[in-house]
Amino acid sequence: MLPELGQFALILALLLAFVQCAFPLYGAWRNNVTLIALARPVVAGQCVFVVLAFGILTYAFLAQDFSVAYVAQNSNSTLPWYYRFPAVWGAHEGSLLLWVLILNIWTVAVAALSRRLPDVLIARVLGVLGFVSFGFLLFTILTSNPFLRHLPALADGNDLNPILQDPGLIMHPPMLYTGYVGFSVAFAFAIAALLGGELDVSWVRWARPWTNVAWAFLTFGITLGSWWAYYVLGWGGWWFWDPVENASFMPWLVGTALIHSQAVTEKRGSFRAWTLLLSIFAFSLSLLGTFLVRSGVLTSVHAFASDPRRGLFILVFLGTVVGGSLLIYALRAPKIAGGKAFAILSRETLLLTNNLMFTCAAAMVLLGTLYPLIGDALGVGRISVGPPYFGFMFALLMIPVVLLMPFGPLFRWASADWRGTVRVLRPALILAVVTAVAAKLMISDLPLRGLVGVAATLWIGIGIALYALKRWRDAPAGRRYTPEMLGMIAAHFGVALFFAGVLITEATSIERDLRFAPQETQRIGGLDFTFHGVASVQGPNYRADEGTLEVRRDDLLVATLHPQKRQYTGQQMQSKSDIDPGLFRDLYVALGEPVGSDGAWSVRVYVKPFVRWIWLGGILMMLGGFTAACDRRFRAQFSVENAQAPSARPLQLPV
Amino acid sequence: MSRLLPLLVFAALCGLLGFGIRWNTHHETNEVPSPLVGKTAPEFTLPLLYEPAKSLSRRDLLGRPYLLNVFGSWCPTCQDEHPFLMREGKSLGIRLIGLDWKDQPDAAKRWLQQFGNPYETIIADEDGRAGIDFGVYGAPETFLVDAQGVIRYKRIGLLTPDVVATELKPQIVAVSKVATP
Repeated sequence: MLPELGQFALILALLLAFVQCAFPLYGAWRNNVTLIALARPVVAGQCVFVVLAFGILTYAFLAQDFSVAYVAQNSNSTLPWYYRFPAVWGAHEGSLLLWVLILNIWTVAVAALSRRLPDVLIARVLGVLGFVSFGFLLFTILTSNPFLRHLPALADGNDLNPILQDPGLIMHPPMLYTGYVGFSVAFAFAIAALLGGELDVSWVRWARPWTNVAWAFLTFGITLGSWWAYYVLGWGGWWFWDPVENASFMPWLVGTALIHSQAVTEKRGSFRAWTLLLSIFAFSLSLLGTFLVRSGVLTSVHAFASDPRRGLFILVFLGTVVGGSLLIYALRAPKIAGGKAFAILSRETLLLTNNLMFTCAAAMVLLGTLYPLIGDALGVGRISVGPPYFGFMFALLMIPVVLLMPFGPLFRWASADWRGTVRVLRPALILAVVTAVAAKLMISDLPLRGLVGVAATLWIGIGIALYALKRWRDAPAGRRYTPEMLGMIAAHFGVALFFAGVLITEATSIERDLRFAPQETQRIGGLDFTFHGVASVQGPNYRADEGTLEVRRDDLLVATLHPQKRQYTGQQMQSKSDIDPGLFRDLYVALGEPVGSDGAWSVRVYVKPFVRWIWLGGILMMLGGFTAACDRRFRAQFSVENAQAPSARPLQLPV
Repeated sequence: MSRLLPLLVFAALCGLLGFGIRWNTHHETNEVPSPLVGKTAPEFTLPLLYEPAKSLSRRDLLGRPYLLNVFGSWCPTCQDEHPFLMREGKSLGIRLIGLDWKDQPDAAKRWLQQFGNPYETIIADEDGRAGIDFGVYGAPETFLVDAQGVIRYKRIGLLTPDVVATELKPQIVAVSKVATP
């Protein structure tokens, strides 16, 4: 009975989504106060039903209702209860429902926290969000119903993919989705502004905190995903340029451009077209990512089960949303370039470069991701481009970003003081070069990447520190750092850590596939690894062979590692590596196969210096995003001249 | 014009994605060419599911063609395939051997009791070794082996009426002719 109620709730949510889209948009067009006022209550209503549907599906997992086909496919009676939550979004149907749920939470947040904005604008924003929600609910109900029954009920389920049975996965998808679904808010603001023919750019100020929060969540989601891939997949890699990873990375790149572009538009009035387009692109790429992952057009290690009907539906939806918005843009984008003039040497120019580089990077990733498809279309066969292409192109596009980044905050708007800036940054430049040269002299076989990593990190890190110092000296106490500025400092410092992590790890990692006989000791990277054989252990829903390795440095025990090879109930093997984490190096051990009959095993050993810095950088960037969004300036009352028609502030209905 | 540019680029992108969907529906992604087709089936000796004391090997099956269907009680796609085998299995005109792959015998027996047993004989490959030798990607998979023990055809995934009519039936007719000249 319950699953049917869940489906019913979804249908009601669909109807409410239609109301939320059509009525407020029509009301805003016709200036009908009642229809405009309808927006907020309908948003709340839709959210209630979506939460209900999601709750029912979650309950079906907790209660092990194997008469629901989706539960039977993705759960099993031996699955521990704490993995039944991630199992809800472990496959296509449930993750789609999570998508809709998160969209609804964002919408409710916008409705609740936008009391100070003109009601006409909010009606349009909520209307656009309603359209997106309508599309996704329709998609869920027509092609991917999670409540489909499997009668007669199965005795037991098929089990959740073991690769997904991990604490990292409880958090990764919700964070990731919160990020890229969150770009729908910036998108909705942009479309609402275009529809309403907003002449001033105050909407950008209101959209900024939402964009920053969405970006911060996406940053966190990607960071978590990378960390999860690192310790779960057992290859010691942290990024694979896999189509699904790219699907989340493209919105991130455009989102990064967008948060910078919004800052310019809000403060200087320039880059209006950029901000509008980037708002549309960021969300479009989120939708495109959804398409790529679920249509089966591209194959990937973590693509969902595909179905051409689904692909077609999303393509039509994508065409409607993105094509429609770009058409609106073409028709209604401001005809005159607004904003204040700026010289070539100015912060605007640097941010324009940033926009260009990040947009190009996103286009480059898109091209690489779609390459197999282009190959088919041109009849030259399905060719994939891999990490060499992405890595090389990305590095190339990031060179100007790294070089120019420390200048960004130091350059003034409109016209910058070149000599003054160089004077401030000189210590960073000198230190970066000196340290790189010293590193090369000390470690003669340090590859170029390592050198670049050291130099780039110091250049950006010290550069941003010098900026913070300058503010401290120049500005009066109490007005030194706004939250927006602090966020920027944290995020840019995060970028420095990230580059250190990536380039130093790539340059100096040691990777060995070794055969270990019992009690054998081998020396890797100055550490002695001793293998103490393999024993059998029993987990809640798996059996595992567990190896024991002791790591010593000069007879001093550094770590004891227990890599496993797990055999889940009725499923394939899953290797579970063990890691001794450290701020300056990780020891990473994965168990291979038994070799011969004397109890020897093949073991993969990695020593990875600075690898944690990659994720530390990501976390700092995320914190930066959240901090910047807290700036009180964004929540200021809209000024009287910004309020449009008097009818724009009608009766207030409680939500 | 420059305002229309994003729209035009997007239209091209949509065209490409539409092509992708079309390509996917017209190309059988299940057709992973198997290096085993045309080769002798790998050696195996596996216990019978219902009489674990007895076993069946590749040699025992020589002399008459057979269809080896890889399944498991844990596999939902096998469940989808099952009604078809129950309905049409007899009319294929060939021995249907089940390979219960990476499965617990008791679970398999329960499953077969619930949904019916279309197989002439079932062998149990509990640890999945034979599956590895046969290059099994995932269940269900179906191999057509001729009287000389040579694999003639392989299907990855669901046997649908369509696939059986256009691909499998002609192959069965061919191997049956060779078997009884």
